[in-house]
Amino acid sequence: MAAKKKARSEKAGKKPAGGATAKAAGPDAVSRGEASKRIVGVSRDVYTDIVKKRRKPSMRFPIRALSNVRYDVKQGHFEIKGKLATRTLTYNTVKTFAQSMRLLATTKKDLLDKNDIAGKREIYYNSKSWGECRFDEQPESDTLLDDIEAMLGVNREQLGYIPEERGGEVAGPLVVIDRNPGTGQLVKIDCSRLGTGAWSIPSRVEHLQFEFRHAKFILVIETASLFQRLVHHQYYDKAGCILVSMSGVPTRACRRFIRRLADDQGIPVLVFTDGDPYGYCNIYRTLKVGSGQSAHINRYFCVPQAHYLGVTPQDITDYDLEDATHPLEQADIKRAQDALKNDPFILHHKEWQDALNQMLKMGVRIEQQAFAKHGLNYVLDKYLPDKLKKKQFLP
Amino acid sequence: MATSTLEKPGQIHDIVCMPKRVVVPETAETMAGKQREISVSEFFLKNRHLLGFDSPRKALLTAVKEAVDNALDACEEGGILPEISVDVQQTGDSRFRVSVTDNGPGIVRAQIPKIFAKLLYGSKFHRLRMSRGQQGIGISAAGMYGQLTTGTSTRIISRVKKSRKAHLIEVQIDTRRNTPTILKDEEVDWTPQFTPVSPEGKPLKQVIAKSGTCVEIEMEAAYIRGRLSVDEYVKQCAVVNPHLQLHYRIALTRAAAKEEEGVRGKAKGKEEEKGKEQEEKPAEARWFTFSRAVTRLPESPAEIKPHPHGVELGMLMQMLKDTGARTLRSALAQDFSRVSARTAGEICERAGLNPKASPSRIAHQESEALFKAINETKLMRPPTDCLSPIGEAQILAGLKKEIEGDFFTAVTRAPSVYRGNPFQVEAGLAFAKPGENKDVMAEEPIRIMRFANRVPLLYMGGGCAMTKAVMNVNWKSYGLGQPKGSLPLGPMVLMIHMASVWVPFTSESKEAVAHYPEIIREMTYCLQECGRQLSVYLSRRYRQAELERKRNYMVLYIPHLALGLKEVLDLSNKEEANIIRQLRKMLEHTHLEP
Repeated sequence: MAAKKKARSEKAGKKPAGGATAKAAGPDAVSRGEASKRIVGVSRDVYTDIVKKRRKPSMRFPIRALSNVRYDVKQGHFEIKGKLATRTLTYNTVKTFAQSMRLLATTKKDLLDKNDIAGKREIYYNSKSWGECRFDEQPESDTLLDDIEAMLGVNREQLGYIPEERGGEVAGPLVVIDRNPGTGQLVKIDCSRLGTGAWSIPSRVEHLQFEFRHAKFILVIETASLFQRLVHHQYYDKAGCILVSMSGVPTRACRRFIRRLADDQGIPVLVFTDGDPYGYCNIYRTLKVGSGQSAHINRYFCVPQAHYLGVTPQDITDYDLEDATHPLEQADIKRAQDALKNDPFILHHKEWQDALNQMLKMGVRIEQQAFAKHGLNYVLDKYLPDKLKKKQFLP
Repeated sequence: MATSTLEKPGQIHDIVCMPKRVVVPETAETMAGKQREISVSEFFLKNRHLLGFDSPRKALLTAVKEAVDNALDACEEGGILPEISVDVQQTGDSRFRVSVTDNGPGIVRAQIPKIFAKLLYGSKFHRLRMSRGQQGIGISAAGMYGQLTTGTSTRIISRVKKSRKAHLIEVQIDTRRNTPTILKDEEVDWTPQFTPVSPEGKPLKQVIAKSGTCVEIEMEAAYIRGRLSVDEYVKQCAVVNPHLQLHYRIALTRAAAKEEEGVRGKAKGKEEEKGKEQEEKPAEARWFTFSRAVTRLPESPAEIKPHPHGVELGMLMQMLKDTGARTLRSALAQDFSRVSARTAGEICERAGLNPKASPSRIAHQESEALFKAINETKLMRPPTDCLSPIGEAQILAGLKKEIEGDFFTAVTRAPSVYRGNPFQVEAGLAFAKPGENKDVMAEEPIRIMRFANRVPLLYMGGGCAMTKAVMNVNWKSYGLGQPKGSLPLGPMVLMIHMASVWVPFTSESKEAVAHYPEIIREMTYCLQECGRQLSVYLSRRYRQAELERKRNYMVLYIPHLALGLKEVLDLSNKEEANIIRQLRKMLEHTHLEP
């Protein structure tokens, strides 16, 4: 498995994503050579500070938080603001500083120069050879990696780091054109002919190409179980849509895949999640405009053309689901209030504020599966067609 | 019939009768036949634990202790810088000969037998003056113990200044009558001689004294190293008497030395030098000299009269009976301190007694009234110039010369009074850097050295007011760990000294000071003062350790930073070294300099 990934990645590295670069300037736009140059640049600054300017070196990172993003309506995603955090070398930062330097060196020497790849966990274990400079826990190396990614203004995939999370699943009238990682031969995958299964989105999607199959829209679903119900009943044929399951907050690859697919096909994206603050503010918002955490790369990993289908608080009343709800938990309430106060996306859209306030007033949340109250297939026989007909989506 | 049975249990027909024996009640007359006087010596023979002779190990220590106490008292009273040698030789499996020689003024021939072979005979009991000995029991009891366990006699050689010859006398004690029996009495040529030894073991110039006394007692005893041994006593003696030059030797038999070596091996290596020395040459054990640190004698304490508030009714009656004064008023004014003729009159008035009454005829009831009146009268506190504390400088000198440490401090409190007895408390401490002094461990309770009138107290530490006072102090606020209700932990030796005209011991063997609240309070204050000074030192040391820790931490990561830069920028080793140098300079400048 690892060997496969490696080979594929190498190929991708050598022939940087032909199809992808043509349409949208994807994250692979920065070449490995450029990434390497940026590492040298940062290191050179540090070296100059120490030896020439005789002052304590510092590294500057964009702050990766909601407080440092702006909702760029025109572009349709969160754009990072200029706020920078400076990590100056002191007694307290000396360890992290040293770890950053060693991580930069490893990235340049072992990944970029050798055109190799590594997983986050692999790099954590790799640090075990650094003696007292090693990372004690993986979250330490993950954080530092995110820091470096933001500092260099480079997507970590470009540095040779491969994500380890699953990317989501696809089914419907779509042919994905992938390459055999060994031979480079094109492989066509017909996502409507996978029987009861579905196609998994790979961790790198820039090289994928699509064949037009007249899908009318893309339906993105939060839970895998509802996705399976729709696949089982071949809902994609009935509705003429491509189904994508996210299994929670979508991964970078999943977001990028949906974005590329939507751009490529020029079709709308509809999102169907649980009706709760997490589904609205974390899953949907992240898919559409990106997150604070990855503020520096949101422009690639967002789907501005997405719209929210449901389940909205209004649906609870409209579809007589009051008795299929759960009371909001303290965490839900806090999340909703937080979003109303701090989330630039929510703050921009009155509709969303109304929806969240309505939910807070009702004091309940609802799951996608709640439609089973009216019969197992109510959701695809009645709810979805109904919503699609009305075309009342949240922005 | 019945009585005869009891008296002669050996007879055959008595044994046959035994089961049927009827106990006939004693009559006043039969009981009278058995009632007779018990001499003090007989009493102590049976109750030798009261005097510190309960175990063979303790007996050895007590004998040495009594002899050294007497020697020191004699030297100081005679105004002589004390030079004392303690020689302990094993003569059999469980037999030791203790020989203590001093350079004191010597003892006149006529007094020798009584001093060494009559219990409760001495110069110190009847006066109120700070001295090591108090009751006049110690050395005679040691002799008596030796006599009891080995049948030998106490051998004394003493030379008085300006006399041509020394007297050699061997005495035993007649335990029935508490009188000395002289076995040998001759004149000999003898002068006390001492051979100091350098710390490396080389003999130095011999010291010959003009006068002095040597006492030799053979006894059943046992020698075990450790906190309760003669070794420890001798060492503590040297700490608390920096003006004393002490020579010490313990010679075990070859077999015992070997066994001791084995035991010691198990019980961790303490006092290794001595052990090794003895295994090689058990017969000629090495001498050790605890050399003198100061050449000034402690000030000779003055004798005082008892303070009325410290006297009990029985003693008051006795004093009234024994007084040489004609009237009650003059008796009070003459025999007590802090009682003027006017105050005496006031007391008499309060008691409703005629100040001109004859003191010896004050009856029991009247003396009770007098006692009550005395305690109701406000009196000046007793004079405190009668105390001779060791002094802060001398304590420091003593601690520094005997204990390896990094920080020393000493505090001498102003004199205070308990039950009419003036007393004074002093404390000193030696704190070693962890690991530098093998005797004191950082994680173990601190070691306490207790002293009363300059005498080390080794036994019964748990029941002593000094230990109680140490536990009373909250050492945590001074930077030491302290489990609840126990001694603090740390590589520290703490010495406490109580000087008083009358130290209230819990028993005649003088091992622990009684828990008088006034005494514990003074000790607590004294220890707190030491503690405050310790905390200044500890916090300074903590800061230094903190800086050291920071430096080590930074030094750990700086090379990694440089290595990272070197790898990215393809730097040379020289450039890498330069980065490390510059970074160290910068970081140490900001973080390690105040």
